[in-house]
Amino acid sequence: MELQYIWFFIVGFLLIGYFVLDGFDFGVGMSIPFLSKDDTDRRQIINTIGPVWDLNETWLIVAGACLFAAFPEWYATMFSGFYLALLLILVALILRGVSFEYRHQGKGEKWTKWFDWFIVIGSFLPPLLWGTAFANLIQGVPMETMDNGGWLYTGTLFTLLNPYGLLGGLTVLLLCFTHGVVFVALKTDGDVRVRARALAVKSGLITILAAAAFLIWTIIQHLQSDTILLIVVFSALAAVVLIGAWLANFKGREGVAFTLHVFTFIFALGAIFLALFPNVMISSTDPAFSMSISGASSSAMTLEFMTWVAVCTLPLVLAYQAWTYWIFRKRVKRTDIVAAPVH
Amino acid sequence: MNVVLELDPLILARWQFGLTTLYHFLFVPLTLGMALLVAILQTAWVRTGKIKYLQLTKLFGKIFLINFAMGVVTGIVQEFQFGMNWSDYSRFVGDIFGAPLAIEGLLAFFLEATFIGLWIFGWDKLPKKVHLLTIWLTSIASIMSAYFILAANAFMQNPVGYKLNPERGRAELTDIGAVLTNPVALAQFPHTIFASVMFAACVVVAVAAWHLSRKQHVDTMRTALRFGLWTNIIGFVGTFFSGDSLGLVMTQTQPMKMAAAEGLYQTATGADASFSLFSIGTPDGAHEIFSVRIPYLLSFLSTHTFNGTVEGINDLQAEYTARYCGEDSLLTCPSDGSFTPIIWVTYWAFRWMIGLGVLAALVSVVGLWLTRKNRSVPQWAWKVAVWSAPIPLVASLVGWIFTEMGRQPWIVFGLMTTESGVSPGVTGLAVLISLVVFTLVYGALAVVEFKLITAAAKAGPPAIEEPEDGSDVDHAALTTVY
Ligand code: HDD
Ligand code: HEM
Ligand code: HEM
Repeated sequence: MELQYIWFFIVGFLLIGYFVLDGFDFGVGMSIPFLSKDDTDRRQIINTIGPVWDLNETWLIVAGACLFAAFPEWYATMFSGFYLALLLILVALILRGVSFEYRHQGKGEKWTKWFDWFIVIGSFLPPLLWGTAFANLIQGVPMETMDNGGWLYTGTLFTLLNPYGLLGGLTVLLLCFTHGVVFVALKTDGDVRVRARALAVKSGLITILAAAAFLIWTIIQHLQSDTILLIVVFSALAAVVLIGAWLANFKGREGVAFTLHVFTFIFALGAIFLALFPNVMISSTDPAFSMSISGASSSAMTLEFMTWVAVCTLPLVLAYQAWTYWIFRKRVKRTDIVAAPVH
Repeated sequence: MNVVLELDPLILARWQFGLTTLYHFLFVPLTLGMALLVAILQTAWVRTGKIKYLQLTKLFGKIFLINFAMGVVTGIVQEFQFGMNWSDYSRFVGDIFGAPLAIEGLLAFFLEATFIGLWIFGWDKLPKKVHLLTIWLTSIASIMSAYFILAANAFMQNPVGYKLNPERGRAELTDIGAVLTNPVALAQFPHTIFASVMFAACVVVAVAAWHLSRKQHVDTMRTALRFGLWTNIIGFVGTFFSGDSLGLVMTQTQPMKMAAAEGLYQTATGADASFSLFSIGTPDGAHEIFSVRIPYLLSFLSTHTFNGTVEGINDLQAEYTARYCGEDSLLTCPSDGSFTPIIWVTYWAFRWMIGLGVLAALVSVVGLWLTRKNRSVPQWAWKVAVWSAPIPLVASLVGWIFTEMGRQPWIVFGLMTTESGVSPGVTGLAVLISLVVFTLVYGALAVVEFKLITAAAKAGPPAIEEPEDGSDVDHAALTTVY
């Protein structure tokens, strides 16, 4: 197998890791207004992701850097093309990131309220926009090749806001939302946990509807694709585990529900990457302008070196991150929050 | 509407990138330096059991964390900006430039982000020594990340380990070892780290001085004060010697930058290669009205000999025009034909960097003298100590302005001009929007962070009870939550 394809897989792996991990952070952030009645509730919810949100977000940074190293054409074309959408994502991530740290440092209720809203908005925008961007990638965007051999996105921000793109955004948003609410149920006790379980039952239903519509639309769009069989299989698997997650949550098995949610992300995003394959960006202007995996990639020398780095570091990274989750495996109790000082 | 159409994406992209990158570097030195100092303080506590070290660990740990958050969120912007603003640059050098960034993420950022979470929330969950290890790993990871990003930057200053592939229109990697051991990176790295240690040390000094001038926490803060003063001086010595070797490397790799740092138009040798401490001239720097000069010093800075020759701007300009403005030199010939950076910027940035660094070190030397053997210190001295905290930070910022502006018109020296690296599809309006948005968001956050840090500093070290029976502090009681 050629290294380019291995790197398509590694970048896919990193992005799926990002959505699985930061996905529940986003959900936790969005759910704060729905699940909390007082400040202790809010702190209880935020502390479920306190020790891990930064490492989860780092998956995005690493995915971005690996995209740069392995597929510079893809990195350059997508990020300059989706300029304003990316700007919004970055601002959202900035506001959200500092808010976790700053909300309890200042004085007064007003201060805390401001940062709570930043957390909610900052958690809401990125999954919506990433979902929209990815849906557009597989649907195709206006794009041409340039004289210097590179590609040029010729649309605007509004080109991305088409029905299929928006449905993709909505689906990712809802997936993250339910994922996060289930995580809160898994990691808290008392009233917050009860509320989270009830909310996940409701939001889970809407999520299933949106995801089903999106996956079916995707399949219809890619009927001619070489990978259509696999796309159908992955979409079906995603649907099955998503429904399974809903049932598990309904029965109060939060751990199972959360695990099945993780698999939903894997299968659903897997279907998206299969729909892209063997391209990384599809041109709606003319299929001849589509950017293929090999057209986008770095030289064999770079890929070989990067493969060594990835093979040596990723197992270690997974090991110490798993250890962190193990250290912080206990539920966050209301009593912990009341007892401990803020750092 | 006309105004909108005339927005120049290149100028705006340069402003936007320069602004956000400088802003990122407002927080980086404190993260790099303070993680190390906190790790040292916590080690002192674990080894001696003295409560004052634990209090200082907690106090400066808090300042570190408030600052760290800003370093992280502004860093995310950096990671994506190359593609957003400089997409032609990204596709031209991505094959080489992307690799150190990816290693940085895989090796350093993951490590740092994971272990910092363990450090903040793990006080009660990890054994004492394992918990100490987490802050050391955080510090080591941040220092490693600095190395890889500097290696990437060094490729732009002095491209090595590549070949040009005309078919794909890009530079390709031939020797990763050469890229990672770029002589520019090897000199930049200690220089940047030591400069960061200086800033963190000055923050420690300032906090200690503020409390001491109010006679609060005297014993704890005296320890902090002496620790900070010494660390700042050590930092300066390291910055000085690494800066010296950086000057040598720079003269070899980018002679134009050295000439521009001195405003040296005519090639000069020996005593004529003098270093001007100060000068007044016409705005473009071409004509000098008055200056104070040290003979031989420029020769020594650039070559380590007293009779060295330092090439002047005029000779270099002619040489570069011949070499880089040939027939098929689309990427290497600036449209205005000038290979000279903005002289007044490089000239003054170079002097302010060195001058402010020397000033910060002097403050520390005087401070050590004044505070020897528990003497009483005049109030003005405490004020000076508090207000000199930002000096090394400003020195670092102008150092970067010198490095990056002095590289112009190149984005990658000798291979690509900045103007040919800009994103072709991005409109001036889009860049303007991002410039305005970042300025507003960053401006507001700077105020917030400054308030929080000063509040944390003034609140002082947490009260931690020393157990009366002489046993260890209850580790579990140290835990914190958001
Ligand atoms: C506290 C901060 C500080 C202090 C006191 C100094 N520097 Fe510095 N300098 C920096 C902080 C800095 C920096 C911000 O960290 C830079 C920017 C790029 C880099 O690697 O370090 C830098 C760059 C930089 C460069 C440019 C390298 C390039 O463009 O490739 C040179 C030649 C020097 N320094 C030399 C010196 C000398 C001879 C100093 C004498 C004491 C000195 N610096 C003090
Ligand atoms: C954190 C310290 C840094 C600071 C303060 C800094 C500052 C600046 C400034 C002020 C500019 C604008 C120069 C101009 O347009 O005239 C610039 C440009 C640039 N810098 Fe840096 N820089 C830093 C580190 C880096 C690093 C580590 C890299 C690469 C890994 C880098 C890559 C670039 C690029 C690509 C440009 C845009 C092209 C250009 O204008 O030349 N910078 N930087
Ligand atoms: C312009 C090029 C740069 C890029 C692309 C960049 C990228 C990043 C990113 C993505 C982060 C966030 C990491 C996280 O989430 O944990 C970050 C933080 C940081 N960066 Fe930068 N950076 C640049 C310049 C620099 C320079 C020149 C230095 C030091 C010499 C530096 C040192 C740091 C440090 C110490 C942090 C703090 C937190 C951390 O490592 O997580 N950066 N940077």
